[in-house]
Amino acid sequence: MPQTVAPTATAPAVESLKAQAIDLNFWYGSKHALKGINLSFPENKVTALIGPSGCGKSTLLRCFNRMHDLYPGNRYQGQLLLQPSGCNIIAPTTDPVEMRMRISMVFQKPNPFPKSIFENVAFGLRLRGISKPAVLRERVEEALRFAALWDETKDRLHQSAYNLSGGQQQRLCIARALASEPEIVLFDEPTSALDPMATSRIEDLIYSLRNRVTILLVTHNMQQAARVSDYTAFMYLGELIEVNETAKMFHMPTQRLTEEYISGHFG
Amino acid sequence: MQPLLPEPSTRLSQQPVPRSVIFRERLIEAGLFFAAISSILITLGILGILLYESSDFFRNVSLGEFLTSTVWTPTFENPQFGILPLVAGTLVTTVVALLVALPVGTIVAVYLSEYAPFALREILKPMLELLSAVPTVVYGYFALLFVTPLLRQFLPGLEQFNMLSAGIIMGIMIIPYVSSLSEDAMRAVPMLLREGSYALGANRFTTAFRVVYPAALSGIGAAYILGISRAVGETMIVAIAAGGQPKFTLNPTEGAATITGYIVAVCQGDVEHGSTAYQAIFAAGLLLFVVTLLFNLAGYWLRKRFREAY
Ligand SMILES: Nc1ncnc2c1ncn2[C@@H]1O[C@H](COP(=O)(O)OP(=O)(O)OP(=O)(O)O)[C@@H](O)[C@H]1O
Ligand SMILES: [Mg+2]
Repeated sequence: MPQTVAPTATAPAVESLKAQAIDLNFWYGSKHALKGINLSFPENKVTALIGPSGCGKSTLLRCFNRMHDLYPGNRYQGQLLLQPSGCNIIAPTTDPVEMRMRISMVFQKPNPFPKSIFENVAFGLRLRGISKPAVLRERVEEALRFAALWDETKDRLHQSAYNLSGGQQQRLCIARALASEPEIVLFDEPTSALDPMATSRIEDLIYSLRNRVTILLVTHNMQQAARVSDYTAFMYLGELIEVNETAKMFHMPTQRLTEEYISGHFG
Repeated sequence: MQPLLPEPSTRLSQQPVPRSVIFRERLIEAGLFFAAISSILITLGILGILLYESSDFFRNVSLGEFLTSTVWTPTFENPQFGILPLVAGTLVTTVVALLVALPVGTIVAVYLSEYAPFALREILKPMLELLSAVPTVVYGYFALLFVTPLLRQFLPGLEQFNMLSAGIIMGIMIIPYVSSLSEDAMRAVPMLLREGSYALGANRFTTAFRVVYPAALSGIGAAYILGISRAVGETMIVAIAAGGQPKFTLNPTEGAATITGYIVAVCQGDVEHGSTAYQAIFAAGLLLFVVTLLFNLAGYWLRKRFREAY
């Protein structure tokens, strides 16, 4: 079924691609979770991944930063190219740590470290060998401003991150992910644990980051995908069913499955 | 029309709760309360007896002499009751033991929790716990007959009976106490936190020591305090390997006696009941009680401080 969708059909030639999945397969032990995915991710755009629970959205996202390497028995096959260099992210010879340095991730639940707000944001910077206090301070402030959290935290940077509300913690995690100036940011249902107010702040944030960084957003919420994404890809049972510009996708899907999912008939 | 079933709410309120149920609830409550209060009562009881019995002792020996004199010769013709030599013995052996047990215990815990593959951990953990199942007498003779001769090859000045061997072996005995609880605390740290660290490009070492360790700190602190209490309270190893002669010294290559060592010696020996030497064990016990209490309070305070200092 994925063959029915040509990846190039969706990405206009004027846009450069940031990443490209070519015949990407993935197995959790014997469970074949991604089946021959062919998909392109335009640079500095938001691509939303939608589909019913268990269809492999998180699995695809976590290939990008090789999170699957942390657990035994997982296997990749095919290509996931990071452009413009064209290096294959999932090749055994590619260093997962280098990929994680370039591609950062925001998780489903806020996961700040048991450290101060400042140290949470500085964590990734320190890993990259930045240790000058003045530079750290500047970069932390910049990241917190990007994440729209600076005004709320500037007077308590050295308090525990656990004193923040859930929504603030999630924005802190976004700041942490942005601080190291990644090429791609992966969001795995970043608002599923948050209330509508906190959700809309994060959506605004993701929207404001377009044109600055390439974003992949997994979401269960179709309105969210419609609001913040430029492209939407629909997955079903480990396969890519359809991908298109978000507006087209929601108004005139070409596949029956997509239409059924979007109109809420299953999932 | 008669409803088939009464409204659930009215059904609840219409039926009075039977007396027997109320009585049983009260009984359970009282039982739980008694269980909770009994440990406090026992502690207070011990403290009361220690205070009462040592009050006789302090009628004969001033508190000043007890706490500042550096000679402990209760059974001599002209007895002296300065507890400092025993305190020094306890302190030195405890410090040596902790210098072994805390770093090694922590590293073992980090290895088991963050590095070891599942199968290996399932083998290593019970083996490690065997260390604390060995009788302390065996450890004592092991320190005296094996560790001391070994150390003497590098430290010719080491006495036959010395606190160094005793402390090292005691530390080895305590490792599982520290590592087991620390490992449990570290494994309870959610995977999500580790993934957050790896996702930023951290390696295993950084994740273990900069993220998992601080996240598990309150549990690890509890493990450390258990280790300290165990070291302060240990009797047999030190009595055998450090000789049991009270001596005011902080030099670990010399022998010494500890507070608990003295208490055991008196209980087993032929010291007359009611004599000052006999009463002295209660004063020593009281001091031990206070020291352990201080450690626990310090640990509690440290943990609270650490948690707020993030
Ligand atoms: N660790 C694992 N071991 C085995 N199978 C797994 C594992 N994790 C996920 N799977 C399976 O892989 C498939 C894809 O899972 P994935 O988490 O990617 O789904 P998802 O689309 O993110 O779903 P959701 O919307 O519920 O998060 C599912 O069938 C799931 O059961
Ligand atoms: Mg998921």
